Amino acid sequence: MALTLGGTEMFAAAALAILATMALALARAIAGPTVYDRVLAVNMMATKTTLLIALLGFLAGRPEFMDIALVYALINFVSVIAVLRLFGRRV
Amino acid sequence: MDVALDLLSWALLLLGGFFAVAGGIGVIRLPDFYTRLHASGVTDTGAAYLILAGLMIQGGLTIITVKLALIGFFMFFSNPTSTYALAAAAHRSGIEPLPRAGGANTPEPVENTLPEPLDVTQKRPGSAPPSQP
Repeated sequence: MALTLGGTEMFAAAALAILATMALALARAIAGPTVYDRVLAVNMMATKTTLLIALLGFLAGRPEFMDIALVYALINFVSVIAVLRLFGRRV
Repeated sequence: MDVALDLLSWALLLLGGFFAVAGGIGVIRLPDFYTRLHASGVTDTGAAYLILAGLMIQGGLTIITVKLALIGFFMFFSNPTSTYALAAAAHRSGIEPLPRAGGANTPEPVENTLPEPLDVTQKRPGSAPPSQP
Protein backbone atom coordinates (compact mmCIF):
# COMPACT_ATOMS: atom_id res chain seq x y z
CA MET A 1 0.00 0.00 0.00
CA ALA A 2 1.19 3.45 -0.89
CA LEU A 3 0.96 5.01 2.53
CA THR A 4 3.62 7.68 2.58
CA LEU A 5 2.07 10.76 4.11
CA GLY A 6 1.23 10.33 7.75
CA GLY A 7 -0.75 7.24 8.61
CA THR A 8 -4.30 6.14 8.49
CA GLU A 9 -6.06 9.30 9.58
CA MET A 10 -8.07 9.62 6.39
CA PHE A 11 -9.37 6.06 6.72
CA ALA A 12 -10.36 6.90 10.27
CA ALA A 13 -12.09 10.09 9.15
CA ALA A 14 -14.05 8.31 6.45
CA ALA A 15 -14.92 5.52 8.90
CA LEU A 16 -16.18 8.10 11.39
CA ALA A 17 -18.34 9.70 8.70
CA ILE A 18 -19.73 6.28 7.80
CA LEU A 19 -20.44 5.57 11.47
CA ALA A 20 -22.28 8.88 11.84
CA THR A 21 -24.36 8.05 8.77
CA MET A 22 -25.13 4.62 10.20
CA ALA A 23 -26.32 6.24 13.43
CA LEU A 24 -28.61 8.57 11.47
CA ALA A 25 -29.97 5.67 9.42
CA LEU A 26 -30.56 3.70 12.61
CA ALA A 27 -32.51 6.63 14.03
CA ARG A 28 -34.66 6.64 10.90
CA ALA A 29 -35.13 2.89 11.16
CA ILE A 30 -36.37 3.27 14.74
CA ALA A 31 -38.54 6.34 14.07
CA GLY A 32 -39.72 5.52 10.56
CA PRO A 33 -43.47 5.89 10.27
CA THR A 34 -43.95 3.24 7.62
CA VAL A 35 -42.34 -0.14 7.17
CA TYR A 36 -40.79 1.05 3.90
CA ASP A 37 -38.87 3.74 5.76
CA ARG A 38 -37.44 1.04 7.98
CA VAL A 39 -36.49 -1.17 5.03
CA LEU A 40 -34.88 1.85 3.36
CA ALA A 41 -32.87 2.65 6.48
CA VAL A 42 -31.76 -0.96 6.91
CA ASN A 43 -30.72 -1.12 3.25
CA MET A 44 -28.72 2.07 3.70
CA MET A 45 -27.10 0.68 6.84
CA ALA A 46 -26.10 -2.48 5.01
CA THR A 47 -24.46 -0.50 2.21
CA LYS A 48 -22.62 1.56 4.80
CA THR A 49 -21.57 -1.62 6.59
CA THR A 50 -19.97 -2.85 3.37
CA LEU A 51 -17.99 0.38 3.10
CA LEU A 52 -17.10 0.27 6.78
CA ILE A 53 -15.74 -3.26 6.53
CA ALA A 54 -13.63 -2.25 3.53
CA LEU A 55 -12.34 0.81 5.40
CA LEU A 56 -11.59 -1.25 8.49
CA GLY A 57 -9.59 -3.66 6.37
CA PHE A 58 -7.33 -0.80 5.32
CA LEU A 59 -7.35 0.69 8.81
CA ALA A 60 -6.25 -2.54 10.45
CA GLY A 61 -3.87 -3.47 7.64
CA ARG A 62 -5.76 -6.67 6.91
CA PRO A 63 -6.95 -6.63 3.30
CA GLU A 64 -8.65 -10.01 3.74
CA PHE A 65 -11.64 -8.03 4.98
CA MET A 66 -12.50 -7.25 1.34
CA ASP A 67 -13.91 -10.77 1.00
CA ILE A 68 -16.29 -10.14 3.88
CA ALA A 69 -17.32 -6.81 2.36
CA LEU A 70 -17.95 -8.53 -0.96
CA VAL A 71 -20.18 -11.15 0.66
CA TYR A 72 -22.00 -8.45 2.61
CA ALA A 73 -22.71 -6.49 -0.56
CA LEU A 74 -24.30 -9.60 -2.07
CA ILE A 75 -26.36 -10.50 1.02
CA ASN A 76 -27.65 -6.93 1.28
CA PHE A 77 -29.48 -7.08 -2.03
CA VAL A 78 -31.00 -10.49 -1.35
CA SER A 79 -32.19 -9.44 2.10
CA VAL A 80 -33.91 -6.30 0.84
CA ILE A 81 -35.78 -8.22 -1.85
CA ALA A 82 -36.73 -10.93 0.66
CA VAL A 83 -38.06 -8.42 3.20
CA LEU A 84 -40.03 -6.64 0.49
CA ARG A 85 -41.56 -9.95 -0.54
CA LEU A 86 -42.57 -10.43 3.07
CA PHE A 87 -44.19 -7.01 3.53
CA GLY A 88 -45.28 -6.01 0.06
CA ARG A 89 -47.79 -8.00 -1.90
CA ARG A 90 -45.85 -8.66 -5.08
CA VAL A 91 -42.49 -7.13 -5.82
CA MET B 1 3.86 10.55 -7.60
CA ASP B 2 3.03 8.68 -4.44
CA VAL B 3 2.25 11.92 -2.67
CA ALA B 4 -0.05 13.02 -5.48
CA LEU B 5 -1.88 9.67 -5.42
CA ASP B 6 -2.21 9.88 -1.66
CA LEU B 7 -3.63 13.37 -1.85
CA LEU B 8 -6.08 12.28 -4.55
CA SER B 9 -7.25 9.27 -2.59
CA TRP B 10 -7.61 11.32 0.59
CA ALA B 11 -9.67 13.92 -1.26
CA LEU B 12 -11.89 11.12 -2.58
CA LEU B 13 -12.26 9.60 0.90
CA LEU B 14 -13.13 12.94 2.49
CA LEU B 15 -15.60 13.79 -0.28
CA GLY B 16 -17.20 10.38 0.13
CA GLY B 17 -17.50 10.93 3.87
CA PHE B 18 -19.10 14.31 3.23
CA PHE B 19 -21.66 12.74 0.88
CA ALA B 20 -22.37 10.01 3.43
CA VAL B 21 -23.09 12.49 6.22
CA ALA B 22 -25.15 14.71 3.90
CA GLY B 23 -27.27 11.73 2.85
CA GLY B 24 -27.69 10.67 6.48
CA ILE B 25 -28.90 14.13 7.46
CA GLY B 26 -31.25 14.05 4.49
CA VAL B 27 -32.68 10.69 5.55
CA ILE B 28 -33.42 12.18 8.96
CA ARG B 29 -34.77 15.55 7.89
CA LEU B 30 -36.62 15.09 4.60
CA PRO B 31 -40.39 14.99 5.03
CA ASP B 32 -41.59 12.11 2.86
CA PHE B 33 -40.67 8.53 1.99
CA TYR B 34 -39.79 9.26 -1.64
CA THR B 35 -37.58 12.20 -0.72
CA ARG B 36 -35.83 10.02 1.82
CA LEU B 37 -35.29 7.52 -0.97
CA HIS B 38 -33.45 10.26 -2.84
CA ALA B 39 -31.27 11.01 0.18
CA SER B 40 -30.46 7.32 0.53
CA GLY B 41 -29.52 7.26 -3.13
CA VAL B 42 -26.98 10.01 -2.50
CA THR B 43 -25.18 7.81 -0.01
CA ASP B 44 -25.53 4.74 -2.22
CA THR B 45 -23.91 6.38 -5.23
CA GLY B 46 -21.80 9.37 -4.22
CA ALA B 47 -20.43 8.15 -0.93
CA ALA B 48 -20.01 4.50 -1.92
CA TYR B 49 -18.24 5.03 -5.25
CA LEU B 50 -16.04 7.87 -4.01
CA ILE B 51 -14.87 5.88 -1.00
CA LEU B 52 -14.33 2.77 -3.12
CA ALA B 53 -12.30 4.84 -5.60
CA GLY B 54 -10.18 6.27 -2.80
CA LEU B 55 -9.55 2.80 -1.42
CA MET B 56 -8.69 1.50 -4.90
CA ILE B 57 -6.00 4.18 -5.26
CA GLN B 58 -4.60 3.16 -1.88
CA GLY B 59 -4.72 -0.50 -2.82
CA GLY B 60 -2.65 -0.12 -5.96
CA LEU B 61 -2.58 -2.74 -8.68
CA THR B 62 -3.27 -5.73 -6.45
CA ILE B 63 -6.03 -8.23 -5.77
CA ILE B 64 -7.49 -5.75 -3.26
CA THR B 65 -8.37 -3.36 -6.05
CA VAL B 66 -10.00 -6.18 -7.99
CA LYS B 67 -12.15 -7.07 -4.99
CA LEU B 68 -13.08 -3.42 -4.46
CA ALA B 69 -14.02 -3.16 -8.12
CA LEU B 70 -16.19 -6.27 -7.71
CA ILE B 71 -17.93 -4.65 -4.73
CA GLY B 72 -18.54 -1.56 -6.84
CA PHE B 73 -19.78 -3.71 -9.72
CA PHE B 74 -22.34 -5.47 -7.53
CA MET B 75 -23.42 -2.18 -5.96
CA PHE B 76 -23.85 -0.72 -9.43
CA PHE B 77 -26.53 -3.28 -10.17
CA SER B 78 -28.04 -4.12 -6.80
CA ASN B 79 -28.57 -0.63 -5.36
CA PRO B 80 -30.75 0.73 -8.19
CA THR B 81 -32.69 -2.53 -8.24
CA SER B 82 -33.42 -2.47 -4.51
CA THR B 83 -34.29 1.24 -4.66
CA TYR B 84 -36.69 0.56 -7.51
CA ALA B 85 -38.23 -2.38 -5.66
CA LEU B 86 -38.69 -0.23 -2.55
CA ALA B 87 -40.29 2.64 -4.45
CA ALA B 88 -42.56 0.29 -6.42
CA ALA B 89 -43.67 -1.56 -3.29
CA ALA B 90 -44.36 1.68 -1.43
CA HIS B 91 -46.27 3.13 -4.37
CA ARG B 92 -48.30 -0.05 -4.73
CA SER B 93 -49.14 -0.05 -1.04
CA GLY B 94 -50.71 3.40 -1.39
CA ILE B 95 -48.09 5.82 -0.09
CA GLU B 96 -48.67 9.07 -1.99
CA PRO B 97 -45.85 11.48 -2.77
CA LEU B 98 -46.08 14.90 -1.16
CA PRO B 99 -47.71 17.58 -3.30
CA ARG B 100 -45.56 20.48 -4.32
CA ALA B 101 -45.97 22.95 -1.47
CA GLY B 102 -46.17 26.61 -2.35
CA GLY B 103 -44.40 26.40 -5.67
CA ALA B 104 -44.98 28.93 -8.41
CA ASN B 105 -46.83 26.43 -10.58
CA THR B 106 -48.97 24.91 -7.89
CA PRO B 107 -52.40 24.21 -9.34
CA GLU B 108 -55.20 25.49 -7.15
CA PRO B 109 -57.57 22.73 -6.13
CA VAL B 110 -60.88 23.24 -7.91
CA GLU B 111 -64.02 22.60 -5.89
CA ASN B 112 -66.20 20.16 -7.80
CA THR B 113 -69.80 21.28 -7.32
CA LEU B 114 -71.30 19.35 -10.20
CA PRO B 115 -73.17 16.14 -9.44
CA GLU B 116 -71.52 12.93 -10.39
CA PRO B 117 -72.44 11.92 -13.93
CA LEU B 118 -74.30 8.71 -14.35
CA ASP B 119 -72.02 5.98 -15.53
CA VAL B 120 -74.08 4.14 -18.12
CA THR B 121 -71.23 2.22 -19.71
CA GLN B 122 -70.13 0.48 -16.48
CA LYS B 123 -66.57 0.15 -17.63
CA ARG B 124 -64.58 -2.16 -15.50
CA PRO B 125 -60.97 -1.23 -14.80
CA GLY B 126 -59.54 -4.13 -16.74
CA SER B 127 -61.96 -4.26 -19.62
CA ALA B 128 -60.98 -3.20 -23.10
CA PRO B 129 -62.32 0.11 -24.42
CA PRO B 130 -65.28 -0.25 -26.76
CA SER B 131 -64.27 -0.36 -30.37
CA GLN B 132 -65.42 2.44 -32.62
CA PRO B 133 -67.75 1.38 -35.45
